[in-house]
Amino acid sequence: MNGRLETAEHPERLKRVVIEPVTRVEGHGKVTLLLDDDNHIEQARLHIVEFRGFEKFIQGRPYWELPVLVQRLCGICPVSHHLAAAKAVDMLVGARELTPTAEKIRRLMHLGQILQSHALHFFHLSSPDLLFGFDDDVAHRNIIGVIADHPNIAKQGVALRRYGQEVIRVTAGKRVHGTGAIPGGVNKSVSRDERDYLLAEVDQMITWGQGAVALTRDLHAANPAFNNEFASIRSNMLSLTAPDGALELYHGGLRAKDENGDTIFDHVDYRDYTQHIREHVKSWSYMKFPFIVSRGLDNGWYRVGPLARVNNCDHIATPLAEAERQAFAALADDGPVHASLAYHWARMIELLHCAEGIKALLHDDDILGDERVVRGDMTAEGIGVIEAPRGTLFHDYRINEDGLVEKANLIVSTTNNNQAMNESIRQVATNYLDGHSITEPLLNHIEVAVRAYDPCLSCATHALGKMPLQVEVVSRDGRVLDRLVKHANGDIDCTL
Amino acid sequence: MSEQSSVRLDGQGTAAEAVSDEVARSEEASILLDGQKVPFSEGQTIMDAAMAAGTYIPHLCHNPEFKPHGSCRVCTVTVNGRTAAACTMPAQNDQVVETSTEALQTERRRLLQMLFVEGNHVCPACEASGNCQLQAVAYYVGMLSPHYNHFYPQRPVDASHPDFFIDFNRCILCELCVRASRDMDGKDLFAISGRGINSRLVVNSPSGRLGDTDFHTGDKAAHVCPVGAILFKHQGYDKPIGERLYDRQPISEVGDARAAEQGDQSNE
Repeated sequence: MNGRLETAEHPERLKRVVIEPVTRVEGHGKVTLLLDDDNHIEQARLHIVEFRGFEKFIQGRPYWELPVLVQRLCGICPVSHHLAAAKAVDMLVGARELTPTAEKIRRLMHLGQILQSHALHFFHLSSPDLLFGFDDDVAHRNIIGVIADHPNIAKQGVALRRYGQEVIRVTAGKRVHGTGAIPGGVNKSVSRDERDYLLAEVDQMITWGQGAVALTRDLHAANPAFNNEFASIRSNMLSLTAPDGALELYHGGLRAKDENGDTIFDHVDYRDYTQHIREHVKSWSYMKFPFIVSRGLDNGWYRVGPLARVNNCDHIATPLAEAERQAFAALADDGPVHASLAYHWARMIELLHCAEGIKALLHDDDILGDERVVRGDMTAEGIGVIEAPRGTLFHDYRINEDGLVEKANLIVSTTNNNQAMNESIRQVATNYLDGHSITEPLLNHIEVAVRAYDPCLSCATHALGKMPLQVEVVSRDGRVLDRLVKHANGDIDCTL
Repeated sequence: MSEQSSVRLDGQGTAAEAVSDEVARSEEASILLDGQKVPFSEGQTIMDAAMAAGTYIPHLCHNPEFKPHGSCRVCTVTVNGRTAAACTMPAQNDQVVETSTEALQTERRRLLQMLFVEGNHVCPACEASGNCQLQAVAYYVGMLSPHYNHFYPQRPVDASHPDFFIDFNRCILCELCVRASRDMDGKDLFAISGRGINSRLVVNSPSGRLGDTDFHTGDKAAHVCPVGAILFKHQGYDKPIGERLYDRQPISEVGDARAAEQGDQSNE
């Protein structure tokens, strides 16, 4: 791979280009490029610059607060943190098996979550690049531009997201940061009125989900050579799968496959994750670098998220999504699909699966039941793993005898993709920026690569579109040679 | 009013006596509360009279089951133009009392804001959210932000008791637990130690920890905390959003959290 671009031999001799913050992502990310005098890329790094400190400040808090407390990590996918923590807390309170009502309501909540997050990720944050081109005018290359030029696509994206949010509201009490999952179960059932309310629109969502898959498929087919190559890297892939190998988002065993699609491990009980996954620290990033132990640090990094899940699973349990998965798998002659832009295609296949899955659960009378909570004997360690929209999410807590958190370890989806995102931006830097003078459209290529994985870099929330962007080209003697500034209102100035 | 009449008629008095009482009551002492005539009986405070009449005066440290304390000052009203705590001020005939003026609401907002920044009141993650009197009163007085700089005090949680925990971060020093334990439970398990800004709730045990006391679920002190400071362990967020006490109606309509809880229990 492009590993050589992680650390330049003589950084002091190079000029530095900084993309800070990376835009149309939630949270703060920064990309630094070091270029020599001929604009050749010598080093490219994606930094996550925010330090959140959740693992530290939840120490000393009661364990039953965790699902509600830690979901504040994120405004896009709080339900994933809510449920991963709830699964860990189930283990703490000895709830080995939830009631059918609790299990299905949590699954419903999670499908609503992935549906809305995937809609946001694709339609709101990434579709402008894909519909208009990476070098489109930046003032137009946003969701407002999509609304103007493709009102039907924009409307469907907004409506899909709204529907997912409504599923969350019905199951968790609020669209964002609800309280539905409690130790050993859930705090509310779905009423018949609520079920009917959601059922009324679900077929429309499935239809629009099919349209979304078709859109990503067509976008790929418009220029397959470019789409297969852009930011493409070969990597291991990690995800949960069901016991029968089906795509699984809420609960399953860990499966890892190598770049050729051969199994590294399968059906691993996620409570043993520390035997298979380790985290490495690098001095230049707040975010750790996880890797598969048996492959070692250099070759053990992996990708998670829609691309990994759709590649890794043997099938998808819902028929429309399964048919789309088969078409997707045909993209690669043999082995997994490695194209990073194919993340979006896989993402929309999952969105369709979520809409189908929501319909199936809404027709299941268990969600109307009254048996919501089970408890057992307390234990000191609780581990919950779930497939968040952007990938596998690990929550691991240890509590003391008073029930207060002593230690916590959270490996979020973004962290799992850390090395992969770095590898992808190095590939883009090498292929598109190397030897060229830096322009905004070229820098956007880097951001497009990041957005394929993740619009949610530090699991933090900020208002969409209010992030200014400043790019500077600095000579090795420290002089600013070029500066582009994007203001919060979208205006761009070249200040030198 | 009509409720009081029915009580009299349901009692042992004759109809004639009831009519006679009605006449007497029309002449009984009253205060003028925000322009409305509110009757009171001997020994009642302005707060007592207002509560009996169904007029809400915001308060935190007051609980009608206990002797008035007058410490939180949230119930400050003007009485004939001068400020006083409604919970301790005896009602007197023809007092002109104002409670809903913008000036008083502003003062209350400031008090609430100071309470919020002195502790660590993280409503978004707090299990008392939606059932918390501090939060409900803050909404009632229109508090939209903390305004002042947060103190961010370091206050470890005491979870040493098997059934209860104390989150000192959320204590507002209302002393209801102190009063309940001392006056009703006869245990004297809690006290306020320190002075001024250093005041803090302490537990009366050799270790200073609740686990080393005989605090019990049957104690009155276990059921009076108006915020999320003294709570049951191993549970929380049991009521879904939308069904919590203050989700649909303001505190001025549904009353104090603990009083509502007792009402629920007596109905069951």
